[in-house]
Amino acid sequence: MPAMVTMDGNEAAARIAYKTNEVIAIYPITPASPMGELSESWSTQAQPNLWGTVPEVIELQSEAGAAGTIHGALQSGALSTTFTASQGLLLMIPNMYKIAGELSPMVLHVAARSLATQGLSIFGDHSDVMSVRGTGFAMLASNSVQEAMDLALIAQSATLASRIPFLHFFDGFRTSHELNKVEVLEDSVIRSMIDDELVIAHRNRALTPDKPVIRGTSQNPDVYFQGRETVNPLYTDLPQLVEDKMNELAQLCGRQYHLFDYAGSAQATRIIILMGSGAETVSETVDHLVARNEEVGVVLVRLYRPFSVEHLIQTLPETVSRIAVLDRSKEPGAGGEPLYKDVLAGIAEYISAGGKRFSTMPRVVGGRYGLGSKEFTPGMVRAVFDNLAQGEPRNHFTIGIHDDLSHTSLEWDSSAQNDAMQGAKQYVFYGLGSDGTVSANKNTLKILGERDGQYAQGYFVYDSKKAGAVTVSHLRVNTRPIQSTYLVADNEAQFVGCHQTVFIERYPMLDKAASGAVFLLNTASSTEDVWHTLPRSMQQQLIDKGMRFFVIDAYDVASQSGMGKRINTIMQTCFFAISGVLPPEIAIAQIKQEVEKAYGRKGRKLVQMNFKAIDTTIANLYEVSIPNVVSSESEIRPAVPSMAPEFVQLVTAEMIAERGDKLPVSLLPNDGTYPTGTAAWEKRGIASEIPVWDAELCIACGKCPFVCPHTAIRSKVFPADLLVNAPATFKHMPLKGGEAENLRISYQVAPEDCTGCNLCVDVCPARDKSDASRFALELRPLEPLREQEAENWDFFLQLPESNRLDIRWSRMPEAMLAQPLFEFSSACLGCGETPYIRLATQLFGDRMVIANATGCSSIYGGNLPTTPYSKNTDGRGPAWSNSLFEDNAEFGLGFRMAYDQHAEYANVLLASMSSVLGEGAVSAIIDAKQTNEADIHEQRERIGAVKSTLSALNSEQARQLLSVIDYAAKKSVWIIGGDGWAYDIGFGGLDHVLATGRNVNFLVLDTEVYSNTGGQKSKATPRGAVAKFAAAGKAVGKKDLGMIAMAYEHVYVASVAFGAKDVHTLRAFREAESWDGPSLIIAYSPCIAHGVDLSHNLRQQKLAVNSGYWPLYRFDPRLPDKGKNPLQVDYREPSIKLDDYYKTEARFSILRRSHPDKATQYLDAEQQAVIARYHRLKQLEALPVEQAAKQTKPAAEKS
Amino acid sequence: MDLSTEYLGLKLNNPLVPSASPLGRNLDTAKQLEDNGASALVMYSLFEEEIRLEEQELERLMSGQSLGIGEADSYLPVQDSYLSIIDLYLEQLAALKNTLDIPVIASLNGVSNGGWVEYAGDIESAGANALELNIYYVPVDINESGEAVESRYVNILKSVREQVKIPITCKINSQFSSLGHFIKRLEDAGANGVSIFNRFYQPSINIESLEVQPTLHLSKPEEMLLRMHWIAILRGNTGLSLAATGGVHDATAVIKLLLAGADITHMCSALLMQGPKLIKTVLEDVASWMEENEYDSVSQLKGSVSRGTAMNPEAYGRLNYLEVMRSMPG
Repeated sequence: MPAMVTMDGNEAAARIAYKTNEVIAIYPITPASPMGELSESWSTQAQPNLWGTVPEVIELQSEAGAAGTIHGALQSGALSTTFTASQGLLLMIPNMYKIAGELSPMVLHVAARSLATQGLSIFGDHSDVMSVRGTGFAMLASNSVQEAMDLALIAQSATLASRIPFLHFFDGFRTSHELNKVEVLEDSVIRSMIDDELVIAHRNRALTPDKPVIRGTSQNPDVYFQGRETVNPLYTDLPQLVEDKMNELAQLCGRQYHLFDYAGSAQATRIIILMGSGAETVSETVDHLVARNEEVGVVLVRLYRPFSVEHLIQTLPETVSRIAVLDRSKEPGAGGEPLYKDVLAGIAEYISAGGKRFSTMPRVVGGRYGLGSKEFTPGMVRAVFDNLAQGEPRNHFTIGIHDDLSHTSLEWDSSAQNDAMQGAKQYVFYGLGSDGTVSANKNTLKILGERDGQYAQGYFVYDSKKAGAVTVSHLRVNTRPIQSTYLVADNEAQFVGCHQTVFIERYPMLDKAASGAVFLLNTASSTEDVWHTLPRSMQQQLIDKGMRFFVIDAYDVASQSGMGKRINTIMQTCFFAISGVLPPEIAIAQIKQEVEKAYGRKGRKLVQMNFKAIDTTIANLYEVSIPNVVSSESEIRPAVPSMAPEFVQLVTAEMIAERGDKLPVSLLPNDGTYPTGTAAWEKRGIASEIPVWDAELCIACGKCPFVCPHTAIRSKVFPADLLVNAPATFKHMPLKGGEAENLRISYQVAPEDCTGCNLCVDVCPARDKSDASRFALELRPLEPLREQEAENWDFFLQLPESNRLDIRWSRMPEAMLAQPLFEFSSACLGCGETPYIRLATQLFGDRMVIANATGCSSIYGGNLPTTPYSKNTDGRGPAWSNSLFEDNAEFGLGFRMAYDQHAEYANVLLASMSSVLGEGAVSAIIDAKQTNEADIHEQRERIGAVKSTLSALNSEQARQLLSVIDYAAKKSVWIIGGDGWAYDIGFGGLDHVLATGRNVNFLVLDTEVYSNTGGQKSKATPRGAVAKFAAAGKAVGKKDLGMIAMAYEHVYVASVAFGAKDVHTLRAFREAESWDGPSLIIAYSPCIAHGVDLSHNLRQQKLAVNSGYWPLYRFDPRLPDKGKNPLQVDYREPSIKLDDYYKTEARFSILRRSHPDKATQYLDAEQQAVIARYHRLKQLEALPVEQAAKQTKPAAEKS
Repeated sequence: MDLSTEYLGLKLNNPLVPSASPLGRNLDTAKQLEDNGASALVMYSLFEEEIRLEEQELERLMSGQSLGIGEADSYLPVQDSYLSIIDLYLEQLAALKNTLDIPVIASLNGVSNGGWVEYAGDIESAGANALELNIYYVPVDINESGEAVESRYVNILKSVREQVKIPITCKINSQFSSLGHFIKRLEDAGANGVSIFNRFYQPSINIESLEVQPTLHLSKPEEMLLRMHWIAILRGNTGLSLAATGGVHDATAVIKLLLAGADITHMCSALLMQGPKLIKTVLEDVASWMEENEYDSVSQLKGSVSRGTAMNPEAYGRLNYLEVMRSMPG
């Protein structure tokens, strides 16, 4: 009896891929990363494949690298696979042509995802797979989690038989991340589907010196064309071969698939054709409509390439007259999307060739749906059928959006539901990412799904904020398989769980509740008081829908049980106690069983604490009697304040309020350009505690704004007479040295933007002389302070910013007076990256342009709805863009070249207009040095004066000059990204741009893993660290990027750690930017992926530097000209053992528990390495100046 | 010369037993201790706090990784199994048992009556010959009475007693109002022995950072006298096995402690400084002293100068204090 297991699509596909391959080359990309992670983890555990060997799993530097490795492995006779999505698939295209051209059997598994166009999207559609339909790969689509497993095997079987490589795909997130109950294919079934003779045949085709042949030849016009045509018979035969394989699997496991599967009325006149997860919803809706005697049907496309018109025609009912082909992709400028055109051309070809199946040529229309994981619901399916029923159905339509620009969209009934929902139980949970709601729900699904005759489905909607991320879990349970590939709709949920009290003022979550539903709220309010804390609309819904209302103080129960802030099992227990989905005693026994399974002997205490929490939950769960009338005065808070700019009100606020789906096309920019400074409008109030400043103790050192990852504590100096209208609680103190001018200084916290990460408190050196535990900053609960400090913050904001010309930039307290132009990002609490970016914006923000590699910094920097990049009062500020992951260095170089070109043209025009503009004014601009703030300021003044003159001139030359003259003022190009970019995928570009000698500044935010995709190993990962794709610890040391860059000798290089030596970081940034050549700052950035509580961020940096693990140095190519060695080593000989640092981070310490011998071996090797590096650097630093000077070349010539 | 003694019901070849220290972490060193004559070995301690910290780390690893973003639901790979501190301890215990012929006494170190005491059962199953329960408690709450402090010790002991049948000895400090009475309570609660005394590790203040920092100083020979004094008082008044620990650096100390009534003497600091060979030297010195003084066996001399058997027992009381006062210069 095959096992029924609840899993997601990624796992379903990866299980088959792992079992049937030998070499697996991987690279992380959302949403496909889990397939690689699972494979690597199974390989580490030495799980065998079908042939008893352990597949070797290797991570490459990019998807292009993975594809190359696969290509090589295939050519050498190994069974080989990879997993990818989106941009990763695009990087594989060249190799895909080769692999297919050489008839190398393989299956590439893709969690289909959007492509970056006007914006990046990590979500699901078919843009990526449609981009490779010309490669020669066969393409097989899975529509559900079960199919992701079944069709993965069919693809593997068919590729070996046909030698044509397969791309097996399923929808990113909707299928890759949906949990559903599947019947697991047993090894015997897999065995039966894989013919070892074919495996041997593949192996026998290997390139080997024992039987030498040559492949990959260059071919001339005489034979290339004919060579391309040699494969035709294989492609012609492939559809039937795949059909045969589908039949074979049906024989083995009972699930029958066809190249095109039809469902619906046998006399259907209206048909929808589509592939992917949306097909499930269409099927479900067709069942509903057919039950009401509608003549409708659906064709589910499984084999998309080769596209078998013959099989398609045979699948279509003869009665069909109207066909809507739905594409989950967009091809701008084309006459229609790919599937539509294939179907249309196929039918036309059939009919024009005399095909008689249909009495007349069916009317075929095409439409787009579901781009970027846009919801696709039963109401939308009906709208498509309704469109087909129109006399003149709309073609090239869209469904799921409101297109008021080109009027492509169909209207739909969002309340429409299918019969399939009858008997289904639907539940919705609102939680914080960090409170464990999702993991508890996954656990619940497991419990429910493991019951005989019961099916469970879970889908999780995530936030893009890393701090305070909100998750919404959508769960369904039914006695039949669940095909509903859409979210739980409004008025449908029998249970709504709110795991965080603060959400009640943010989200209209009871919109989801069905009549008579249960609402569970985690709140500290008593049963008597809680009613008054609810917004009016929520009270109204509780009354109108006749709901039951339960409360629990889960944080109190957690605290009492020793669980700290982990409320997941408590809320899970409440759900089972009041939802009625299972008898509570059975459910509770199963929760305990799961806890036992998870922690077992590894943490007996944890098991006991969880059990205690579970056992005390019921006693603390109370039902609230619902009054008959609404009494609340409060309403759901507006997303942004009323003084926000129009665009923010119209667009940004709607996205913040989770109403972005309703935004019409016309309101969105058509080129992806958005305003900056928007994060300031999104007052999230996510801190439970905020720092409180004690002016009596403060020494105005500037360290707190320096370390703040969210720019939520700032300093300003201002004359005392501006305090006239200050709020009573606004704090300030005399500025030391500013007494003559009666200057005051204030350190003010933005209470609703602070995340409560504790770094400012941790760094504060100002201590109470009489109480060593008291400092000038202390954390206190937000709530009593929120309103008062928000008022103080508003007052602080309107105080004038410091004049940049007055700031002595080398002094930390003064540098921190500069206005930050990066504020309130959505980065993690205690993020180790953001302080560097904020610092750069303080120093250079008004002249800064940023090329940002994809990764954490592009997400907290540029993930809608808001951006932390902002403008100063002159309207200047960082301009920011993200191109790709792999090309960021080149992208930034493009900025530099364009700016230099603009400046050059400005100089040419200025020179030619000198008679009009005045020779003095012109030469002052052209010859300006711009080496410091004052120079740049004066240059801007000069440019301003010339612009005034030019505006009055009505000449073409003047207009031309006006368009470029601002580039005569210095612009600072910054190329920012993480180590995954700089060390791995983008290294080739980074290296090349460094070599050009052009004036760009690289900032590498080195977290030593791919943080954004979940902590996969990069070449920056240190020896001995555990990471995804290095579950048994990384065996080789970190790549020394700094030394590589220094080898050019014209690159300014600095290795910094802001928490270890702040002034060093400040100095390095200033030196880097002032160097008229390439600069590289490698910035140590503690990250949650290190397995450390980031409230210790600064401590970790100190440990890293004191142990010699993280070197501090600067290499300045200008120094030899001054008779100095270019290298300055800025850290001392290691003063603590490396182990004293390693043991504080779980990435190192867990290796001692899993692989103790390796942990010791790696630690010893790394200990030696850090000491050796220190001495090596000191030796280089000690080289005689003359010798060092000779080695250093001047910066490369500008082209 | 019969150097054998009995401790916690265990027949030991001699009264020299290395106490809990890092020496037992290495099998080769442990073997050297045995080869040089150690009659039993107390393993390094399994600390309650270490277990707690590991549990917290594991909890963070297993359920605290998710931030709730779509691109990653975790950051560090979680393996199916980890070797916990307990596993490593039990492995080492089993390895010591395999390597050594002498008895191995495991050591549990903690202050609360939490779940950690359950590991005593695992230790017994892994073959420990006895268990040393080291309770190092600093009563910082001035509202906590002496009775409550004593009860804390007794309750922990009772919990452990419920878990195991092997002998238990309690390692305690000296700071109790009525030490003898307290030790009697331990005996009543099921202890088989008492090991006196835990050394009081006082932290210091870093006058640069103003942080309070832990300090570790190895024991000094003069610390032995406190142990000898109380051993002498206890001998004859309790059925518990008596172990002296702290300040035992040479044969003279061992002899004095045996004369006062110790069943065994523990060595740690001196071994850390001088290595396992010290045991052999000390045993030879003890034997030659016994020979010179015509003792046949350790059991003969054990307790022969206790408070109950000394020529001048009043010296173990207030008299010693008076005489010391009188002898002070000036």
